[in-house]
Amino acid sequence: MSTQRTYPIDVASIREDFPILDRHVGGDVTVAGESDGDTEPLVYLDNGATSQTPRQVVDAIVDYYYGYNSNVHRGIHQLSQEASVAYEEAHDRVAEFINAAGREEIVFTKNTTESMNLVAYAWGLEELGPGDSVVTTEMEHHAALVTWQQICKKTGAELRFIRIDEEGRLDMDHAAELIDDSTKMVSAVHVSNTLGTINPVSDLCDLAHEHDAYAFIDGAQAVPTRPVDVAAIDADFYAFSGHKMLGPTGIGVLYGKESILESMSPYLYGGEMIRTVTYEESTWEDLPWKFEAGTPVIEQGIALHAAIDYLDDIGMENVQRHEELLAEYAYDELTAHGDVEIYGPPGDDRGGLVAFNLEGVHAHDLSSILNDYAVAIRAGDHCTQPLHDKLGVAASARASFYIYNTTEEIDRLVEAVDAARQLFA
Amino acid sequence: MGLGSDMYRQQILDHYKSPRNYGEMEEPTFSHVGENPSCGDTIQVDVRLEDDEETIEYVSFTGDGCAISQASASMLSERLQGMTLSELHELDTDDITEMLGVTISPMRVKCAVLARQVAQDGAKLHNGDIDDLELTNLED
Repeated sequence: MSTQRTYPIDVASIREDFPILDRHVGGDVTVAGESDGDTEPLVYLDNGATSQTPRQVVDAIVDYYYGYNSNVHRGIHQLSQEASVAYEEAHDRVAEFINAAGREEIVFTKNTTESMNLVAYAWGLEELGPGDSVVTTEMEHHAALVTWQQICKKTGAELRFIRIDEEGRLDMDHAAELIDDSTKMVSAVHVSNTLGTINPVSDLCDLAHEHDAYAFIDGAQAVPTRPVDVAAIDADFYAFSGHKMLGPTGIGVLYGKESILESMSPYLYGGEMIRTVTYEESTWEDLPWKFEAGTPVIEQGIALHAAIDYLDDIGMENVQRHEELLAEYAYDELTAHGDVEIYGPPGDDRGGLVAFNLEGVHAHDLSSILNDYAVAIRAGDHCTQPLHDKLGVAASARASFYIYNTTEEIDRLVEAVDAARQLFA
Repeated sequence: MGLGSDMYRQQILDHYKSPRNYGEMEEPTFSHVGENPSCGDTIQVDVRLEDDEETIEYVSFTGDGCAISQASASMLSERLQGMTLSELHELDTDDITEMLGVTISPMRVKCAVLARQVAQDGAKLHNGDIDDLELTNLED
């Protein structure tokens, strides 16, 4: 068990920015928020599903609604101008954060899934056909897997899956075999939400480009947890969500290289995305607005800006080191008895999550017992059903860590797993 | 709440670890299967009726899944013996939670009632009250 340890980041002061971490749980779930029956201090280890929100981000939302709430790009009154500037600057901030060239390459969507669908519909339906192939991986989230599966069915393109090896890493020889001149798109997850594998996405992009294919990288678990440089990776498209990186739900990002986004037709039509309209014809607004039809996610964009500021203050290298420290600690503590199987690479080479099963205990039983111990984790297939089929399990329990988590909280997880072990012994 | 893990009282764990009437029946009067795909719970229930075609003589089951689903099947297999089919059809969710003797959290109710639903659907198929149900699926 842990002794007092030094973290790469100031966890104690970070925790003060997150009021929800003081919550107690255990009572009536039909009452939202803390109520009388909630007696156990919460241990929140479900950050892969969604992260918590610091005061600074909530303050940005409150400042917007109390100070300059207005629609963007359509009023010359002052509030609209203030909101427009803030909303546009949020694009600049995201571009800077992931090293995109500028706001033209940053489209705000609803979430990673919508970013994926935008490309699948606006690019895939137009460009794919019989004889073409899309190459993805066995560890994809349903967001990518189901989307490409259905687009391939509609277009007659073939969908290929890069194998994973025993340790849950991509078989890059197999990737080199599958990606050929028929390939038009390589779609891969950056950090697996189930295995914790960190994929060599830059190599995959190179393989794609050698065959004149595009590469789409799903960064939902990567951007929140490590420095990401889309230019260095050389991704053609890169997607992630705001709510897994201290931001609100309802905002995702699609990064796309400007020349490619320029060549694509809009995904949604309507207001905001047009320049001129007659009864017969329309022309499109400049990037990125061409892909943001209707009143966009103004509040969420402004809040995401604040979330990025918060993360940047900590430093993404430091966030990554903290994630790695917690992942390795959890890996070692959970496997100490030899009856816990953690899927994916070893503890010293993974993202900050562990999906696991305790021998003889179904994942849902395990998570019910963990819930009794006020430990919030995820149980199920984590939107990777085919991967779980391949692993030979129906479900797994997943603990996923973030900047405010401590080794003491992992000790609580381990104690709760031990209780399950005793109960089912 | 608490640290006692209310859903996992001794009785549940006992039936899960030592299921009663476990195994496939040689010549069942009827047999039916069901699953909760997202949980991976599967249950097959085999039923032998007495000559009156109404009274349940013997029930056995096989399956795989969480403690709640499997313990519920085990307890139900004991409970059903000697019951009539119309009594079987009257069993509702409250009867099952009462039988289990614990509070089942809302997300887990489908685990608890899977075996009952499989038995009821099997009986309806046998009597021709429904047709064409290959598999009971509580998540449909």
